[in-house]
Formats: sequence, structure tokens, C-alpha cells
Amino acid sequence: MKFVDEYRDQKLARTIAAAIAAEADPGRSYHFMEFCGGHTHAIFRYGVQDLMPENVHFVHGPGCPVCVLPVGRLDDAVELAERHGVILCTYGDMMRVPGTKQRSLIRAKADGADVRMVYSTLDALKIARENPDRQVVFFAIGFETTTPPTGVAIKVAAAEGLNNFSVFCNHVLTPAAIGHILDSPEVRGFGIVKIDGFLGPSHVSSVIGSQPYEFFAEEFQKPVVIAGFEPLDVMQSVLMLIRQVNEGRHEVENEYTRVVTQEGNLKAQALVNEVFELRKSFEWRGLGTVPYSALRIRDAYAGLDAEKRFELSVKVSKEVKSCECPSILRGVKKPTDCKLFGTVCTPQNPVGSCMVSSEGACAAYYSYSRFRDRKPADLEAVE
Amino acid sequence: MTAIDPKFTALRGAVDMTHGAGGRAMADLIRDVFFKHLANDYLAQGNDGALLGKVGGRLVMATDAHVISPLFFPGGDIGALAVHGTINDVAMMGARPLWLSASFVLEEGFSLAALEKIVASMALAAREAGVPVVTGDTKVVEKGKGDGVFISTTGIGVLADETDVSGSNARPGNAILVSGTMGDHGVAILSKRENLEFETEIVSDSQPLHDLVAAMLACAPGVRVLRDPTRGGLSATLNEIAHQSKAGMVIREAAVPVKPEVSAACELLGLDPLNIANEGKLIAICDAADAEALLAAMQAHPKGRDAAIIGEVVVDARALVRMHTRLGGMRVVDWIAGEQLPRIC
Amino acid sequence: MCLALPARVVELLDGDMAVVAFDTVKKRISLALVEDVAVDDFVLVHVGYALHKVSQEEAARTLEMMVEAGVLKDELEEISA
Repeated sequence: MKFVDEYRDQKLARTIAAAIAAEADPGRSYHFMEFCGGHTHAIFRYGVQDLMPENVHFVHGPGCPVCVLPVGRLDDAVELAERHGVILCTYGDMMRVPGTKQRSLIRAKADGADVRMVYSTLDALKIARENPDRQVVFFAIGFETTTPPTGVAIKVAAAEGLNNFSVFCNHVLTPAAIGHILDSPEVRGFGIVKIDGFLGPSHVSSVIGSQPYEFFAEEFQKPVVIAGFEPLDVMQSVLMLIRQVNEGRHEVENEYTRVVTQEGNLKAQALVNEVFELRKSFEWRGLGTVPYSALRIRDAYAGLDAEKRFELSVKVSKEVKSCECPSILRGVKKPTDCKLFGTVCTPQNPVGSCMVSSEGACAAYYSYSRFRDRKPADLEAVE
Repeated sequence: MTAIDPKFTALRGAVDMTHGAGGRAMADLIRDVFFKHLANDYLAQGNDGALLGKVGGRLVMATDAHVISPLFFPGGDIGALAVHGTINDVAMMGARPLWLSASFVLEEGFSLAALEKIVASMALAAREAGVPVVTGDTKVVEKGKGDGVFISTTGIGVLADETDVSGSNARPGNAILVSGTMGDHGVAILSKRENLEFETEIVSDSQPLHDLVAAMLACAPGVRVLRDPTRGGLSATLNEIAHQSKAGMVIREAAVPVKPEVSAACELLGLDPLNIANEGKLIAICDAADAEALLAAMQAHPKGRDAAIIGEVVVDARALVRMHTRLGGMRVVDWIAGEQLPRIC
Repeated sequence: MCLALPARVVELLDGDMAVVAFDTVKKRISLALVEDVAVDDFVLVHVGYALHKVSQEEAARTLEMMVEAGVLKDELEEISA
């Protein structure tokens, strides 16, 4: 596949790995947070950490919209399907996430709720047109990449007078999350979580551009390299971060220039501004309450807001006590630090969302990397 | 849904409860649909069971229920799939399939024309494979209590004395082979699934493999393991075998054959071809010394043209299946939890 | 997050839609979020929408940057072939 395969080439990978090994200062260690869950997935899926020198570490960030969705919001979606009898349209990622009392959308569907998996908001609109007598709610999740498609659907539905369609909006913002992590006591104060730089998200940046990250680089004196989605992109970006750290720079650099510009996609940004506005605050699973970090539908489109159309009961989110998702999402703990990891909590029987989402750190670690907790000698024995 | 061949629309109407009641309507249905297409000497005996005769060798039996949706998909349908699936289960024991049985549970209201198409397809598959459907049964359930049609098939085969094929036979040092490209069937099904439509020329690889197995056993009678990677794909099947044999495996991503179209469809949906169902491929594990010869025998057969050696069995108390990635790193190939769902993240 | 894939525009349709091809797999997607898209352009596709055009020059330049990390020029030709 063009513009994909070239960035997975093994020979080039070795080349970049050699450069990283040559330039990484053996006298120090480097900790880079990959904010985006897609990067977490790619790193594990290709085994990128095997090509890194010992002193380069990835810290997994909270850029997994499935992982950070508060349990109460998921419970709301389940309630819409179960008690309000709507056709609930959702992306596949949300189907298996356990809500309160382990109730997920897939369990609700098994019990008779009309939950339908869609690939696109285009499909949800189609379902609404084909079922004029039913209420159709689209369960909107995701960062800035996924928000414009929801915006388009809302505008189209408004223009068409598609009165049975509405959106349950849970879109969240990347810069707010990055700022929150960098500002947290663990990072800024106590230095428990060491972050020397960021691998910026690929596709969020294609929409918002590289400009929004300039604030962080300046304010927190940390380099940011916007990294493409393929493993070679990640590796090249690590090399660029190492160079910045070594040279004492803290700039925003863009490795993913084939799709990311400084200004981003202005048409998409304008559309999002037209349809959505900032919520004063929003609860993020693991990060707590973050101000100005999420979006809601503007009054002009209130008619399409599922939160206004349906009475949803107040939820008291009950997380499982020993579930370490909150700490893992902030990079404070690793999946293996969680008592439930691999025992009670597995992909087959997930307790927290970090295990359900294929880009959650726990799922990625369990599926791709379980053997890494062994000593290197054991690994060699089976090569 | 594939358009129904006009010669089958002669049968008007739908299945109703009288078709399962054992009376005239049922007898007519059996005669006009089942016997018309499945005709063979065994069915012609006309009794409740089929008299099969003596068999020289150990008997093998396998059974499957087929509940697939959609019923008709690019490259096949539930009827042919049922025949291929059970023939393959018997063949994966290293046995020669001899006879099949088929029972149908029909939902009231199911189209008779569609039923005839399925049965005709089943009959064709059985004829081409040389394995007759010798006995069967039909029941009808009320509307809402079945998904159109469920088919159960059972197969009986005979095993040669020297053959010993089992999931627990894999040993460190053995070679792991696959007979062809991975993920074709699952992608063909997904391309027709609602809300996921994409245009592709990928068709299901549904086919019987008993002739390929016979050629393989002729070349390497000591083949240790045979299994077809159906639901859950290559990853699930390798993990099953690893656990049964209490050994690990190491495979190479670059060696696993995958059609570029299947790769592209998987990228689009965020799926991994290793986790996707196949209906006309097999995994074989043999002694390292036999690997090259076995590979050549497979590639010489029309159903094994794309066969490849993909890795080897290793010592590993954890029975993990690991893979050298295309990039040169290493990862675990895990047993996925439930069906792989398309993702946006 | 945000699985997105570059695809080639194969056909422009009414209503801001297009048919794109990922290798030989085709899908109908929306062009509502982009502008000035022509047949044979490459676009980044996420959840059924084109989010951005893919710049072929920048793609080549990125590859070159990776190669500059130390490999000979003829190996670059081998890879891009």
C-alpha cells in the first residue's frame, strides 16, 4: 500500500535504529511519552522497543479516547440503548468496554437492546433515514481527528430535518490533556513521572496543525515531535527527540509533514467551531476533572443533542478499587504494576478500559509483550 | 445477497410449519428439494438411517453446526461451507472422509427458493469432493426462533494405521507450514456486512482439503499436526496447538502469505489478518527434516500453490506463540478475546 | 488513536462524496472536510471521511530524511521501486 509500506521497511528500520544508538547519550536515559494510543499500539505491534537502545523508554500516555471515557458516560450510553429504546450507533471500539457492574454495550445488545456497530457517522445517518419511526442516537467519542466527522453529521441532519437523529457527544481535546499531565504533581512537582519529550499524535495534528503544541514546548520546556503513524515514523521521531534533548532544544518539530501542516485543516476546524463549544470541565477517567478539555453541542444545534433530548439518570461512577487504569493512563504505573493485570483482568475478561481498547496500554502489553517481564537471558534461550 | 438463480425461483413461497410436521408437505419438500439435488444410492435406500457397510481401518467422526450470516457471500454459501467444513475437520485428523450427514433447522417464513439454492450448492460441493450426504433430517421452528436456516453436518472418515496426527504432537524443532494466504474468508464476509461495505474482489477460500491432505501424507506420512485455522484465524489455531503440545512457537511475519487486498481491507478496519477466519487453508507441523519436501508437495497441488514455511516450534513452558515482525522486532501473537471488531482508534 | 489510512481518489461523486482505493479495496467516503480534491490525489481517510490531502513531495522528503540516517543512495532506489 502506497504511503504505508515504505514506512515499515526493515532495512530502513535498522538504519534509523543504528542512528538512534549512535546518538543516544549512554550517560543518561530518555523518557518519551507517546500521547496517542495508536502509537502505543504500533510500538507494541511492530516491536519497536526491540530496536531501541536500553536507555530509551516509552511512557504510554492517555491518548486513547476509549480508555479515558468516564464510566458514567458509558453507563449513559447503555441506558439510552436499554431504557430509552433507541437505536444506538457506536464505533466498534466501545462495544466491549465494561461499564458499572461490568455492563457493556455488547452485553446490552445480547439482552435485546438495539446497539449497532458503524464504521462512520455516514452509516448512522443512513440508519436514521431508514428508520423514521425510531430514535437513532450516535455515540460520539474521540479526539480532534474524530470530531469533524461528527460535526458534519450534525449539520447534515439539521439541514435534512432528520428529527429522529441525535448525538451523545463525548469528544475530548488533546492539548488540554497534555497540559494536564505536564502540570500534574507527578510530572512537574515530584518528578515521579519523568518525561523528556513528547511524540505528538499523528492524525489529531492533521486536523489541528502543529501550532497548538508550541505552547507546551515553551511553557514546560519539553520538545515535541509530531510523529507519523507507521513504525519508521515513530523511530525517526524518537531520533529527532533525542537530538533535541541532547542539544538542549525544546521546539515543536514535525516528522509527519506529508499530512500535517502548521495550521492544520482550517475547513474542519471551522466546522467544529460552528457546531461545538467547550465544556467548562469534563471528567476524564484517570486524569480526574480537566477544565476546558471537552466539547458539547452548541445551542444552535441543541435539537440534535441527545443529552437534551433524553432524560438521563445521574450516574455515580463506580470504578473497581484495585483497577490501576487511572495511574496507568497518567504514566505513573505500568500495566504490570496492577494487581489485576493478567489474572482477574485479561482481554477476555476486562475490568478496566485500558484492557479493552486495543490501544490501551494494558491490552497492548498483554497481547504483544507478555514475555518481556522475563530476564533477557530467558529470551535468548528461545531465539 | 447474491441474486438467486432463476431456475430456483420456480419454487414459490416460504417454509411453513407443515413442512416440519412429518406429513405430506414435509415428504414433498424432502423429495422436491433435498432428494432432487443430493440424490445418491444411500439416500435412495429410503430409510431413517443409511447402511454404510464395513470399513477397513480406524473410524474418525467430526461434527459442526453452521450458523453463518450472511447465508450467501462472495465465493460461497452456507451449504457449500457446511460440506467443506466437516470434510476438513475429518481431513485434519489425517483421515479420508467417506460420508456426511446433514440436518436442517428451518425458520418459518424462510424462502424456499433460497433453501433450494443452498441445498443445490451443498450437493454440488459433495459431488465435487466425492463425499456423499447419506442421511439427513429437517425441522421447522416458529418465526423468530431461528436465523433463517441452521445446518448441522457430521462426517465419518477412515484413518490409515500409520497416521498419527494430533494437536499434542508438536515438538521443539518441528517446522510450521501454512497451505496458502490468510484472512480471505473473513474479509469476504466482512465486505458484505452491514455498515462496513467496501468493494473488493476477495472471495471466500471455502474448499475441501482432503485431497491436499492425501498428497501431503503420501509425501510425509509422519506429519504431526494438521489443523484448519477457521474462527479466530491463524493466531487462535497456533495458540491452541501450542497449549495442547505444551510448547512455544516462533513465526516470521514476512513469511505468512497474505493477499495485498486482504492486507488493505484489514488496515482499513484496524484488523489483523492473523486473527481472521479461513475456510480453505490448513496448518501443518512436521519434523524439520521433512519440511522442504512437504512444502514442495503442497506447492505442487492446486490447493497449496501459496504454501509457505512460516516458523518453528520451540521450547517454552509458557506455550507462547511469538512473531518476528516485519520491522525486525518481536511480539506475542495472542489468542484474541471474542470476535475482532473493526476499530477507529 | 485515530486509525487513518492514505487512499487514492478513484472517482468523484455527487454530494461531496468520492470513491477511494486502498490498494484495490474501494470504499465510498465523504469529502466534506477537504477542498480541491481531484482524481488520483491521495487523501487521509478516517471513519469514512477524507481529513487531509497527502503530499507526495513531503512523503518522498520524509523517506529521504530516514535514509540519510546512514544508508547508500542505491538502497533508497531499491526500496522505492
